[in-house]
Amino acid sequence: MVYIVALLAVVFLGLAAMVVSKMAAVVKNAGGPKEEGQIGLSNKINGALFVVFFVVGLIGAVWSFMYARQFFLPEASSPHGRRTDNLFWISMAMITAAFVLTNALLFIFAWMYQHKEGYKAAYYPENHKLELIWTIVPAVIMAVMVFTGWRAWRDIMAEAPANAQVFEIVGKQFNWIARYPGVDNNKLGSFNYKLIDNNNETGIDYTDEASFDDFVSTSELHIPANKPVLLKIRARDVLHSVFIPHLRVKMDAVPGMPTRFWFIADKTTDEMRNITGNPDFTYEIACTEVCGQGHFSMRIRLVVEDEATWEAWCKQQKPLLTSTPELATRIPASLKAKAAKYLPADATAAPADSSTASVPQQGGVSVATTTLR
Amino acid sequence: MATVSANPAIVAHATEHDHHEPQSFWRKYIFSEDHKTIAKQYLISGILWSIIGISLSVMFRLQLGFPNLKLGFLRPVLGSWINETDKLDPDFYLALVTMHGTIMVFFVLTAGLSGTFSNFLIPLQVGARDMASGFLNMLSYWFFFIASVVMFSSMFIETGPAAGGWVIYPPLSALPQAHKGSELGMTLWLISMALFIVSQLLGGINYITTVINLRTRGMSFSKLPLTIWAFLLTAILGLISFPVLLSAALLLIFDRSFGTSFYLSEIYIKGEALPNVGGSPILFQHLFWFLGHPEVYIVILPALGMTSEIIATNARKPIFGYRAMIASMMGIAFLAFIVWAHHMFVTGMNPFLGSIFMFLTLIIAVPSAVKAFNYITTLWRGNIRFTPAMLFSIGLVSFFISGGITGLILGNSALDIQLHDTYFVVAHFHLVMGAASAFGLLAGVYHWFPKMFGRMLDEKLGYVHFWLTFIGIYLVFFPMHYVGIAGFPRRYYAFTSYDFTKNIFADMNAFISLAAIFTFAAQWVFIYNFVNSLIRGKRATQNPWKSNTLEWTTPIIPGHGNWVGEIPAVYRWPYDYSKPGAKDDFIPQNVPYSQTPESNLPHENELISLESEIEAQNLNDQFKQPH
Repeated sequence: MVYIVALLAVVFLGLAAMVVSKMAAVVKNAGGPKEEGQIGLSNKINGALFVVFFVVGLIGAVWSFMYARQFFLPEASSPHGRRTDNLFWISMAMITAAFVLTNALLFIFAWMYQHKEGYKAAYYPENHKLELIWTIVPAVIMAVMVFTGWRAWRDIMAEAPANAQVFEIVGKQFNWIARYPGVDNNKLGSFNYKLIDNNNETGIDYTDEASFDDFVSTSELHIPANKPVLLKIRARDVLHSVFIPHLRVKMDAVPGMPTRFWFIADKTTDEMRNITGNPDFTYEIACTEVCGQGHFSMRIRLVVEDEATWEAWCKQQKPLLTSTPELATRIPASLKAKAAKYLPADATAAPADSSTASVPQQGGVSVATTTLR
Repeated sequence: MATVSANPAIVAHATEHDHHEPQSFWRKYIFSEDHKTIAKQYLISGILWSIIGISLSVMFRLQLGFPNLKLGFLRPVLGSWINETDKLDPDFYLALVTMHGTIMVFFVLTAGLSGTFSNFLIPLQVGARDMASGFLNMLSYWFFFIASVVMFSSMFIETGPAAGGWVIYPPLSALPQAHKGSELGMTLWLISMALFIVSQLLGGINYITTVINLRTRGMSFSKLPLTIWAFLLTAILGLISFPVLLSAALLLIFDRSFGTSFYLSEIYIKGEALPNVGGSPILFQHLFWFLGHPEVYIVILPALGMTSEIIATNARKPIFGYRAMIASMMGIAFLAFIVWAHHMFVTGMNPFLGSIFMFLTLIIAVPSAVKAFNYITTLWRGNIRFTPAMLFSIGLVSFFISGGITGLILGNSALDIQLHDTYFVVAHFHLVMGAASAFGLLAGVYHWFPKMFGRMLDEKLGYVHFWLTFIGIYLVFFPMHYVGIAGFPRRYYAFTSYDFTKNIFADMNAFISLAAIFTFAAQWVFIYNFVNSLIRGKRATQNPWKSNTLEWTTPIIPGHGNWVGEIPAVYRWPYDYSKPGAKDDFIPQNVPYSQTPESNLPHENELISLESEIEAQNLNDQFKQPH
């Protein structure tokens, strides 16, 4: 591939060199006495070069496209992605036709109607019919493109289906944190940014009993295949943007304004390994909104597996409360009993005493939390 | 400034008029109120800024194209921004990207393009002695100059210049603890832009007033050259949209320095939960793009206006569809205000709003298409003279088409999901607004250099410059679309962190970088030509391009007040090229129909009776006003 690009480079450099040398020749010839304002050889060369440029450029464009195609992302792994991919390539075909046609006219006219001695240009200031045609034709084509695009957009941005599996993804400088709705109740607990600390990176609010079984990960997000997935997206510090290239998913993460994107991933990671022939293939989530020094490396792996495997995997995970029992101090006394099963036996007793002291202040925050939600 | 040494002739001409006492050196060349001098000041500043702006892009292209290259040789320039391992600092990479964008969009293509040619051409082409207010005009340049000094100095402070992208989205830009570039560098960026906006508003008011009030006898709006129409609409766009950027910047200054929460809410950063609640980062994006989108038309419209003039002149043919051109520029100017949110499809903005903005955005493609078709038809059956200005104008039309059509894809919100913030976007806007406007600027310089400096630029060097640049720019931005389709996100310091970018397109990125360096190198041909022709260029004749517009009726180097004696009256539109029956292939605007009975169209013969009326009109000649 390197050779093809190199070859391409050589072709273009050759073209450039040709131009320079021709120009040099012209400059030399131009030494002789010439009548003021006379239009000479350089006009012919410039006119011809437009056609040369067009032909060579077109060959280069086709060639480079054929070469680059192998590196384009493989077919989307989500139904909405395949739909937008189709639309993209249809639109691309339309604009490529327009691109070639208009540039061809531009360059060929430039060459055809170059200055000829004794010739007078046509006095042709307007033609309403012609102008009407090329106002209406693009307008109609545009209308078709807009309409199909709008229908796709409407469907993609519609409310998620009721059975969608919910996950939360939180952006921070400089990594993503995935939060799962839990091993038992499959419900995301509420959160409050004021509760964030090193033990509780997403600010899970433990006055909400739905939070007790939530678990988090900074390395992987596991999702089930062939099931609607609703990503709830937020950011802790600055803007980030969730980008899952293979699923054609992108949505900003905004501090103070949770966003969302729902999709269906219909090829598991293993299937994609077969399709791409790459045994190390893995789905990835990137950041596409500049967020500071580490913007280019906010990677988190996305694992798509069939639903049964996914469920089994979820069951094995430890809620944050289990791995970080210190958080139990934040649970109000009335809910202690419900949280007990997630806490290691020895951890429940000790922090229980100190928790009474911290309850009032935590309570104050939880009021704020509910209103924020 | 270079203009000083180049033009002793200006002195001679200016002294011919005894309207005003001879001015000191400072008043004549530095704090000048003469629109021509101010235009040259803008041009030279713009050229200097473009060298800086493009150099910055070459630096980050080195990083992107050759990630393993030892950049130790840049240490004399960049100092500690090159770290111990001879690599570019990732923070500074973002600073380079940010400053490149800011400089090119605002300081080169807004100030350098519209500042130069609006100032230079408006009085000359409408037939005025000078701008409506020379003093405001001078202030406008010097506000721009101070803004330039502040922006330039921000590149030399320890924490580096602003680095959150040229769009400076908060909270990143609002929180000094979030990023090095959000410390003093961002403060200076905001100060500089506030001054810049003041400069733009002063300039804009002046342009609008001059076009409306100071047109010469007979210069009705239906006889205005398309350049002037473009400058007028550009000034109106700027006057309406720049204040919105000023308010966005002011609120950001409040958030940064006075503890307000316009854009900040629920933020936990560096181990601390900030007290700010209730603000919205999306609000900033709306305010920013309310300027930001019209801004791209502020950049491209003057280029399109000048191109119309240059293409008609050198095709020796009337511009095709003069009225359609005006209508489409008006359409573009109007629509420019109601499409801004297409930059925000995936920001979490209500998707319904996204639908509305998609419809509005794609409407703007219609007037743009009409303009492109009209340019092409103007070439059809012309008698084309390839001056360097003409070459750059044809290049502009090609870029405008090639970059414009991908706008149909990006303006489609469903397709934008995948392509947003990838290199596809970078390729799109660099072609359609960057390269196209830069070509407009260059075409303008080649075309009006004789009027500005009384000398001709070297044509052959102009051809070489054009072909190298034209080829170079396509080599940079055409392959960039491929990188974007493969999903490469923009503003990435390196592509090594992700499997989907890791092992591919390294050769393509290297190729793009080489092409960028090649294109940058080609610009020195122009710089050499510019400086050399200033000093040694062939003397210009009064109307070297055989053009119809009024500026070519002034003395070769117009002095104070532009015309010696009375300002000419205008009787016809500016595009009477190759009129059947006429003895020359051009008839300047100041030639009355009564002198050209051989070429008049039937309705034009009727206009002969109006000529005495035009001549009797009250002349808006500033020299005839009591002062």
